[in-house]
Amino acid sequence: MAEDTPKNISEKDENEQEEVLGKAYDSRLMKRLIKYLKPYSKLVIIAVLLTIGVALLSTVRPYLTKMAIDNYIVNKDPVGLRNIMLILMGTLVFQGLVQYAMTYLTQWIGQKTIFDLRMELFGHIQKFSMNFFDKNPVGRLVTRLTNDIEVLNEMFSSGIVMVFADVFVIAGILFFMFTLSWQLTLIALSVVIPLVYATIFFRKKVRVAFRDVRYFLAKMNAFLQEHVTGILVVKIFDKEKSTLRNFKSINADHTKANKKSVLYYSVFFPVVELIGAISGGLIIWYGGNKALEGVLTVGILVSFIQYSEMFFRPIRDLSEKYNIMQTAMASSERIFKLMDRKPAISDAEKPLELQECLGNIEFKNVWFAYTKDNYVLKNISFNIQQGEKVAFVGATGAGKSSIMNLLCRFYDIQQGEILIDGLNIKDIRQNDLRRNIGLVVQDIFLFSDSISNNISLNNNEITRDKILDSAKIIGIDGFIERLPLGYEQNVKERGVTLSQGQRQLITFARALAYDPKILILDEATSSVDTLSEILIQKAIDKLMEGRTSIIIAHRLSTIQKCDKIIVMHKGEIRETGTHQELLEFGGIYSKLYQLQYKESLE
Amino acid sequence: MTYLKRLRPYLRKYRKKLIIGFIVITFSAVFTNLIPFVISRAIDQIISKAEFAALYKYAALTVGFAALSGVFLYFTRQTIIVVSREIENDLRNDFLEHILIQDQQYFHFHPTGDIMALATNDISAVRNFLGPGIMYTGETMINFTLAISLMVSFNMELTLIAVLPIPLISYVVYRIGKSINYKFELVQDQFSKLTTKAQENLSGIKVVKAYVREESESGSFRDLSTDYMMKNLSLAKVQSFSYPMMFLLTGFSVIIVLYLGGNKIINGELTIGQLTAFIIYLGLLTWPIISLGWIINLTQRAEASMKRLCIVFDNKPEIENAEPVTGGNGKMTINGEIEFINVNFRYGTDLPYVLKNVNLKIKAGETIGVIGHTGSGKSTLVNLIPRLFDIHEGSLNIDGKNVKLVPLSSLRTSIGYVPQETFLFSDSIENNIAYSENKFDKDKVIHAAKISQIYKDVDSFPKRFDTLLGERGINLSGGQKQRASIARAIVSDPRILILDDAFSAVDTYTEEAILYGLKEIMKGRTTILISHRVSTLKNSDRIVVLKDGMIAETGKHENLIQQEGIYADIYFKQLLEEELKEL
Repeated sequence: MAEDTPKNISEKDENEQEEVLGKAYDSRLMKRLIKYLKPYSKLVIIAVLLTIGVALLSTVRPYLTKMAIDNYIVNKDPVGLRNIMLILMGTLVFQGLVQYAMTYLTQWIGQKTIFDLRMELFGHIQKFSMNFFDKNPVGRLVTRLTNDIEVLNEMFSSGIVMVFADVFVIAGILFFMFTLSWQLTLIALSVVIPLVYATIFFRKKVRVAFRDVRYFLAKMNAFLQEHVTGILVVKIFDKEKSTLRNFKSINADHTKANKKSVLYYSVFFPVVELIGAISGGLIIWYGGNKALEGVLTVGILVSFIQYSEMFFRPIRDLSEKYNIMQTAMASSERIFKLMDRKPAISDAEKPLELQECLGNIEFKNVWFAYTKDNYVLKNISFNIQQGEKVAFVGATGAGKSSIMNLLCRFYDIQQGEILIDGLNIKDIRQNDLRRNIGLVVQDIFLFSDSISNNISLNNNEITRDKILDSAKIIGIDGFIERLPLGYEQNVKERGVTLSQGQRQLITFARALAYDPKILILDEATSSVDTLSEILIQKAIDKLMEGRTSIIIAHRLSTIQKCDKIIVMHKGEIRETGTHQELLEFGGIYSKLYQLQYKESLE
Repeated sequence: MTYLKRLRPYLRKYRKKLIIGFIVITFSAVFTNLIPFVISRAIDQIISKAEFAALYKYAALTVGFAALSGVFLYFTRQTIIVVSREIENDLRNDFLEHILIQDQQYFHFHPTGDIMALATNDISAVRNFLGPGIMYTGETMINFTLAISLMVSFNMELTLIAVLPIPLISYVVYRIGKSINYKFELVQDQFSKLTTKAQENLSGIKVVKAYVREESESGSFRDLSTDYMMKNLSLAKVQSFSYPMMFLLTGFSVIIVLYLGGNKIINGELTIGQLTAFIIYLGLLTWPIISLGWIINLTQRAEASMKRLCIVFDNKPEIENAEPVTGGNGKMTINGEIEFINVNFRYGTDLPYVLKNVNLKIKAGETIGVIGHTGSGKSTLVNLIPRLFDIHEGSLNIDGKNVKLVPLSSLRTSIGYVPQETFLFSDSIENNIAYSENKFDKDKVIHAAKISQIYKDVDSFPKRFDTLLGERGINLSGGQKQRASIARAIVSDPRILILDDAFSAVDTYTEEAILYGLKEIMKGRTTILISHRVSTLKNSDRIVVLKDGMIAETGKHENLIQQEGIYADIYFKQLLEEELKEL
């Protein structure tokens, strides 16, 4: 197993089935979610009051229409008609204002709440130790921070408050209808039960259909993404035809799933309309007869037709809310699960504060495994004095990178002790520990930011001069200044291509700017051009100056500059000594040396 | 509409279904519009105290018409919307077909994300126009005609007043819709920035932690989140405005109709039933009115999307398959001789030459090593062989025949290529190694895996060759990926094997073992090895040294050392310089 991937088999966790939906309401989760509304509790109350206002204003209008017809039109009273029209107009305008305030307010509350939640989650994820990141693919964590939180936004802004709104509207309609005629109400609303059934049935079917649509869409996008990224491979192996064939079959599945959801919609909408028509028919038949008997007025009939139309919308809305709540519960479950997880490595209760260390390092009988019992370091002991330069060499998988990871306390060891200046690193505050260490890893990582920010990593303590100095010492200043925007050039901008060597030099400048007492350098294996090579050699010399340096060396030139070479093999230290001593010893090191450089010995 | 016209052939393919769709949409609208008419008659009957039996009739008619309208509505969706899905499917297939034939050059200028956006967002926009767009346009036009003519039959003046605000409402919807789209795009943009930031932070978590940058990272994430929130709120402002605005406008016209109609009733010019019908018609018209503005937006977006898609459809690749000159099935057996004759090459007419006057003849069966500094043209040289790029100056012959006349498929299937940047599919290891084969036998896969020294690694995975790669499975190390990629190149017994810096993440032990194995299977076949490491190349039949796009030196390792040129220089720089210092 190669050293650079301690992760390998990613654990399939329960989150994989993102689509499995459960309850629409879980009091335990809901309580936790409501907590996030607390800072805005007053506004929430106002929002709820506004929804009551909207419900009242919107449901009173058909009643006013009824009054207009029965009291003024039938009685031929133009003045009364005008007055009631003004009142109607007033309620309309007023409802518009209240509705606007309510919608915006709920959006505002939702946005604020999820902002808080997102920041909390982001901060929390930052605290996890490396073994967490080994097991959890970045993509999944990003989904938590983005999509899952977004789902909650929907719940906060259009879920909770809007549920109240719908309930109030239904209550308002029922109130007015019952006031006008309870018998007609019961008859007109007898269709509600089939409507609710139809809606639930439809939602269920459509949800499954949409799940399929999303599944195939994701599959199609993944396919597309992968084959466009790997277009070179597709072309070189002459696989355009089979690629297209495979795509067509996924696309056909996607279309099929879409058609299925179209089918449900084509059934659902006519059914809803039919149910509405049945209600209208019942009002005409029963209400009409009652009107003929003189029990009901024409105005009541007209207002009932309006009410029964109004009634169906909140019911349909509520079923939609059910879905929102259901996905929100699933998302919040995932989010809270992540939040409840404690970082595997945390500071001791009273951590030692370490301002500036000297740089003495000691490993004492260290045993370490990334995954249970699969030891990559076995009983490792060594001692590095302040200012000493030590090279670690060995084949891939020998355990060199693990030493580096452990010294930064990215992982905790199973047995033994790691000491810095005689202090166990477990007792030192993590931030203090790492502040004293400059780490340059093999896989170069640059942020899509300016070069100067990539050197300082937005640390205000690192002055502009320090950035310039570091670049100069490393020898990359000339190159940077030649860029169109110099130090402000974004490294990932299209058109700017930094070579591997240049990228590496930037990470060197970064380490130098932080001026650590201990330098850990994993030399990049990928070869660079000779010019960069020379620059890199020089830069490494500069970097090591006056620091305790631990280097995972791939270059002979670097190795030779070290005070001591530690040869690792299969998780154990097999040889220690200087270049000459080890060559003479004729062990693993001399073999490695000969294989890589044997021409020079011929 | 210039670009949307290009959809004609697609529409023509489904014209029968579409014609049926428009017929049923008409029927559906007719029955929907009859319902208020029935209700108005019923109410007038009630007021005039007619006999009882008639009410059953009206109630039954209401339900009956709704049922009929529903049946036709069902068929409308099953035709027009289904057709839009069919066309979406066709369009997407055609899109990929065009993407796949694009030259390699195209992908240099079009990031994957852009191509993805075309395939998803733009095709969806076109689909929305074809489905809901066409359906609602049809429905709106028919509803308008029917409702308005029925309203006119009741009262002309009132109809005019009721219809007057319609253009205004449509316009407002259109403007609001446009503003919402714009703001929504800003939100989406910011969302992707936020995602990128999270992605980047987590990918670089080691650096973040090592340099104790957690707080400043949170700070910049907070800035982006705040910006995202503000953009969302700005969208919310318009969105919250849109609904009240619409019901205000439609509500006004209802109230005006109610008022004027009420007065007309008082004057005996109108019946209460007719007024009720008017109000129901206005309700029926609300959606078409709103959808009018919405359709305009839809069409505009679809037009813009179609324009972007047409650019892809119209982009003709330069590299096309040769006319089958060899006769027969257009296939050609390739032996493996490669000859560059006076080749000059650059990636664009405004770009500098990458290869200059290259003359190189590689005999079938020869092993050639290529070395040179970064940017000296090594990768370009080998990219020309499978015609990833075409030459305009000079020529390249395969087995004595101009490469442009060799059938592309024969050419490429004869070449085993390990690109500099390793790329594996998120599929099983077996399928990755056997990628070039349509049907494969396991023994060949195992053999290739053994030669490329990946077999032991694979064997240690619980699912062995069935192990999935990528997010859902295993993440291979850089070296493992390279070795898998080598296995993929050799599984098909290529006549020509090209390894472009294929050992950069493989340690020297393993490299030696792979090269040893390759020597066996590449007997009599052509091999081109590109490397920075002398150790990789030293046993080649011939080594070519490139400098600034020109062949500077050629010869065997020993000869080149003796020449004391660039090669010797690289060699000594790599191997001796530092060691000499030590001595």
